[in-house]
Amino acid sequence: MNRLLRPRRLFALLRKEFVQILRDPSAILIAFVMPVALLLLNGYGLSLDAKNVDFGVVIEAQTPRTMSLYRAFVDTPYLAARPYYTDSAAEAALLRREIKGYIVVRAETIRNLANELKPQPYLIVVDGVDANTARIVEGYAVGVLGGWYQREATSNSLSNLAPGVQLEHRYWFNPELRSTSFIVPGLIAVVMTLVGALLTAMIVAREWERGTMETLMASPASILEIMLSKLLSNFVLGMMAMAVSVILGLLLFQVPFRGSFLVLALVSALFLISALALGLFISTIARNQFVAAQLTFITTYMPALMLSGLLFDIASMPHWVQDLTHIVAARYFVACLQTLFLAGDVGAILLPNALILFCFAVVFSLITLRRMTRNLEG
Amino acid sequence: MASAPAPAPADPPPQSASAVRIRALSKSFPRGRQRVTALDQLSLDIAAGGITGLVGPDGAGKTTLLRLIAGLLVAESGSITVLGHDVPQAIEEIRTGIGYMPQRFGLYEDLTVAENLRLFGDLHGLDPAQFAKRQAELMHFTGLADFTARLAGNLSGGMKQKLGLACALLPHPRLLLLDEPSVGVDPISRRELWQLVRDLAGAGTTVIWSTAYLDEAEKCDDVVVLQDGRLLASGKPSRLIEEAATKAFLVPVAPQQRRQRQRALLAAPGIRDATLLGSHLRLVFSDGQPVTADNIVAELAAGRPTPPRLEDAVVTLLRRQVPADGRLLNTTGAGNIGAVAPTAGKKPAASEAVIAVDHLTKRFGSFTAVDDVSFAVKRGEVFGLLGPNGAGKSTTFRILCGLLPASSGSATVAGIDLGRARADARQRIGYMAQRFSLYGDLTCRENLRFMAGSYGLDRRRFVRRLDWAVAAFDLGEILDAVCNTLSLGHKQRLSLAAATLHEPDLLFLDEPTSGVDPLARRDFWLRIGLFVESGMTILVTSHFMDEAENCDRIAIVNRGKLLALDTPGQLRAGCATAALPEPSLDDAFVAIVRRSEPPAEQRS
Repeated sequence: MNRLLRPRRLFALLRKEFVQILRDPSAILIAFVMPVALLLLNGYGLSLDAKNVDFGVVIEAQTPRTMSLYRAFVDTPYLAARPYYTDSAAEAALLRREIKGYIVVRAETIRNLANELKPQPYLIVVDGVDANTARIVEGYAVGVLGGWYQREATSNSLSNLAPGVQLEHRYWFNPELRSTSFIVPGLIAVVMTLVGALLTAMIVAREWERGTMETLMASPASILEIMLSKLLSNFVLGMMAMAVSVILGLLLFQVPFRGSFLVLALVSALFLISALALGLFISTIARNQFVAAQLTFITTYMPALMLSGLLFDIASMPHWVQDLTHIVAARYFVACLQTLFLAGDVGAILLPNALILFCFAVVFSLITLRRMTRNLEG
Repeated sequence: MASAPAPAPADPPPQSASAVRIRALSKSFPRGRQRVTALDQLSLDIAAGGITGLVGPDGAGKTTLLRLIAGLLVAESGSITVLGHDVPQAIEEIRTGIGYMPQRFGLYEDLTVAENLRLFGDLHGLDPAQFAKRQAELMHFTGLADFTARLAGNLSGGMKQKLGLACALLPHPRLLLLDEPSVGVDPISRRELWQLVRDLAGAGTTVIWSTAYLDEAEKCDDVVVLQDGRLLASGKPSRLIEEAATKAFLVPVAPQQRRQRQRALLAAPGIRDATLLGSHLRLVFSDGQPVTADNIVAELAAGRPTPPRLEDAVVTLLRRQVPADGRLLNTTGAGNIGAVAPTAGKKPAASEAVIAVDHLTKRFGSFTAVDDVSFAVKRGEVFGLLGPNGAGKSTTFRILCGLLPASSGSATVAGIDLGRARADARQRIGYMAQRFSLYGDLTCRENLRFMAGSYGLDRRRFVRRLDWAVAAFDLGEILDAVCNTLSLGHKQRLSLAAATLHEPDLLFLDEPTSGVDPLARRDFWLRIGLFVESGMTILVTSHFMDEAENCDRIAIVNRGKLLALDTPGQLRAGCATAALPEPSLDDAFVAIVRRSEPPAEQRS
């Protein structure tokens, strides 16, 4: 009879794992409370859109035309316009960080506008501390200004304004350019990296701490059985955590889902196995829960957040960092999830990424199986 | 008690007479950049059948040896043969033949008693019918039958221990390895466990029982005494005692003079050991060597012989190992503590109560940890708080240290009400925790400087006290060593120095000598004796009854209640019966606890 894998022993271990999951809140906490908390925090906090940005509008003299310009800044949902009457007042507000930028419409410009609607010099000042927001705000201001010129020209049937090239924008996959739609699928991948690895790392570390690992190792249970029981039980938990995350993304964050759930389940399963195996591997190094949690955060969450292409575009990283991203399994899972949510079952992207995830799962499991020896050494 | 379940009849009897055969076994562990030797060229045989006591202080290599036998560690060199199989090669055969109970029992606390048993039954591949029979047998055997649905985490220490034993016994092991099974268990449960294991051994199972306590080892059929990873002695306890060729006498002594007398006698030639035993001193000297000093001859005439113990033999062996008189205080630090006594010169009346505890109660939710306890401790007294884990000792201790508020009642330390001015009270108290609680990666000097700083000693006073500590605790050689590299005995001396650096009136000791070797324990208590003579008051908690003999008075606590308060001698005398004319403190404890509760409650 096979010494390494006896169904009887495996079932006994599995039953134990499930009873423990039901009785001990920590696994439930990791599997359900943590993904929800992380998704809510990051989903709302990590928006790259700028909306309702406080923005100053300095108008040195009031005419019907400048009033309509001011209204244009008020009406845009992206900026929250505040009127100022002098440069210095707006500058002071900027320094107090009350506004992110301001536009100055000079008295001279106003006089010119009254005569004819021609491009005029405007001063746009933007708080450059956060370069990203600065560019967005600048873009919004220029956009509002451009739109106002267009509208003024048509409503006055003026043709003396040269229209130039008319751009018609169309954004694929995310027509509204909602960053949430693109961030949330990536976040799910990052959160699942953490949840998967933490589940196994903490639960095995707990067995070391409580001394039960020693009893298990002294019993006839083989290392393969111990590892499988941890993988399988936490796999079920992990898939449930995944389901919760996806439901949250769809219902709360209103992310579209264009792929099929079957493919999603398959890809998630592959990724989860690699994450769980990584957690088991961590538990062979760290035998108490504190160190295990710390190692898991450093080795899974941070790289997944930074190097998966979720926050920072991989193509614009330095070459050596780009090479580094290849060993971050989350990178491939992020790509799969973003494709499934925003594009659909695109085989050309999903198949190679899924294949790589499969390799990760196999390699991590084998390394862990080799590392886990059935004794207390190491 | 049910009869012991016999080993499975299908098992063939072991080929050789020894169940475990160990040759030139070595094992070391990395610690930082160094390697620490746990076992050093150890060779021994453990006879089949019977109980072999594996005894030695913490760090002697007991756990490492048991884990090597169970195949949980890999030896560096040497060989182990268990039940006729070589260990690393035939580990599968061995694993089915041994039962192993690690320290803290290795149970799943969130599984019930029945679920724990079922898990290990399945892992051992017992078929359902066989398992049901075996489970019933073991539950009856261990007396746990009524508790099968209870979570293991909700069992008392003694019941956990029995469940751990039952799990280890499931597959009918021929060799049972028990790693310090008596730690953290009250004396009554310890006795019940001993009886269970005795029955098993009688039915043919070989048992290895590891323990830090020599009195426990003395009851075993054979003992293996380890010290620093080496074999100090092995054989039948009676033979070891005989070979040590010691004689022991109990001599009466006046309570006020007993510590002075003890020191004087320890310094006398021919005396191997002198320990406090209530109103007596227990003297040990070698059989062949006549004691000639007049005062001692006179003293012996007043005493009566008492049977020598295993501890005498081990002390003899240990003192033979160390350079002549090198480890005992009588030649090293004796004068120093007295000369620079912390409270010398401000000795108030002896009758003054330094600690007054009045109807003290502490509740945690619905659980009453300390239940209406009252006692008073006089200046210069060594007062012991004795009881099993969970009895309420630590809670009382924490209240007296000002770390916990009382639910009701009052506690006064050095005249300061702990309900009001805890910080002031703390300044008068020195505290030595059970586990080494200084910083392991600092040197001794750095640790002492930190402690001095945290108690507000200025630089000049620190320099003066450091000189005192170095002289009194013999710290010269280790002063600039990093604490992690120190031996347990050294750490203990450093902890005591750190606790007394700010010249406290009161010293609190929490299980001060658990796990150290007998010589280090004597050394410790001799130093404490010197503190006491200089007017310091000592409060000590312990579950180790032998340690309690060093106390002037003892309060026995169990389940939050104070059951008895008296001198060790009186407590023992009060429990003497015709069957047991000279009970030990352990016997006295069991008798007092049994008297306090109806028999039906004893198990739960």
